[in-house]
Amino acid sequence: MQRMNREDMAARVARDIPEGAYVNLGIGLPTKVANFLPQEREIFLQSENGLLGMGPAPAEDDIDWELINAGKQPVTLLAGGSFFHHGDSFSMMRGGHIDICVLGAFQVSVNGDLANWHTGAADAIPAVGGAMDLAVGAKQVFVMMDLLTKGGESKLVAQCSYPLTGLSCVSRVYTDVAIFDVGPAGAHVIEMVPGLTIDQLRDMTGVDLQLALEIA
Amino acid sequence: MIDKISPSLRQAVADLHDGASIMISGFGDAGAPHELMDAVIEHGATDLTIISNNAGAGETGIAALIKANRVRKVICSFPRQAASHHFDARYRAGQVELELVPQGNLAARIQAAGSGLGAIYTPTGYGTLLAEGKETREIDGRNYVLEYPIHADFALIKARAGDRWGNLVYRKVARNFGPIMAMAAKTTIAQVAEVVELGALDPEAVVTPGIFVNRLVQVAPLSVAAAA
Repeated sequence: MQRMNREDMAARVARDIPEGAYVNLGIGLPTKVANFLPQEREIFLQSENGLLGMGPAPAEDDIDWELINAGKQPVTLLAGGSFFHHGDSFSMMRGGHIDICVLGAFQVSVNGDLANWHTGAADAIPAVGGAMDLAVGAKQVFVMMDLLTKGGESKLVAQCSYPLTGLSCVSRVYTDVAIFDVGPAGAHVIEMVPGLTIDQLRDMTGVDLQLALEIA
Repeated sequence: MIDKISPSLRQAVADLHDGASIMISGFGDAGAPHELMDAVIEHGATDLTIISNNAGAGETGIAALIKANRVRKVICSFPRQAASHHFDARYRAGQVELELVPQGNLAARIQAAGSGLGAIYTPTGYGTLLAEGKETREIDGRNYVLEYPIHADFALIKARAGDRWGNLVYRKVARNFGPIMAMAAKTTIAQVAEVVELGALDPEAVVTPGIFVNRLVQVAPLSVAAAA
């Protein structure tokens, strides 16, 4: 079995983002998706701190610390881009104007519950940012994560044990070994890396998995 | 003649008081009114409630207020950052209270205050720890949480330019919470990089109309580079 690396995962997610989509990429791994969006498609990247039409990182000489993304890294604005305040930014999310958001996760349940903001550990200082707004607001929530933790436990679970970010909000999970649709009908496998079988995947995750019709 | 320009940072914050609630704009360093926060420290007001997106990083701004032991409570969405050590230490020691609010609810509650609404129903946070104990309602098949407005005694914000009536324009993503905090506080104080004559700002492009601004103070625009 050949696991996908981070770049392969980002490229795979990017393939599923259509022309004209309004997209928010979460901080961390999802930010990489921007590097793989097909040049021939016009896609609008929204950043929660108040810009639409976000472009790539600037050259060193062009860094402007009043032009940053949600991860507080310098970015650029494409021609046609715009700035707006936080009320409008989160109305874009909550009001259902964002087509797709891509988020990282600690856990996703087979029915689409998301846990990605807090481990619940007693000494942890919780921070939530815009994760809960994106989870309930975006029309489609994609999650990008390794399927297993470093300790080998599945992050796709029957029920999340970490505190939830949103209920039944995730539609698709992109992992390093397989892609799943999740939701009220449970988890369906829509792609696997070469050499992996559905039975091995069931062993790895310990959850009920169906093969999607397209690949069954 | 109405002239909202304060001659100095010190005079701009002169009526701060102990126990005040203060909204502070900024997302990271973009839009953070560092010079006004320095003036708050110099003023000496304490027992403050800070409403902001973050709880300070490094040694300046909100972090400096916390370090100086002026802050009783922080209402924010994202306190934990790479350099939020001053907040982290005081929070763990039980010396600073935290009300953690999802970012969009923070914005919406600030907007509700500025717009005179008694409360809002928001879908964000429904079914999570951050909605525990709160009233909920199902409206047209969707679940919402009742959240109350966040008011403040003062808002400290940063804009690019303003005139003596208080009209403001911003610069890039430094706009962030400025326009909505300006509406929600009893007294809004803006630091601007440039003061312009009445009529110099394009009325079609004014972002914050002067009705929402009580005072402006000019600060040289050096702080853009203060990202480190």
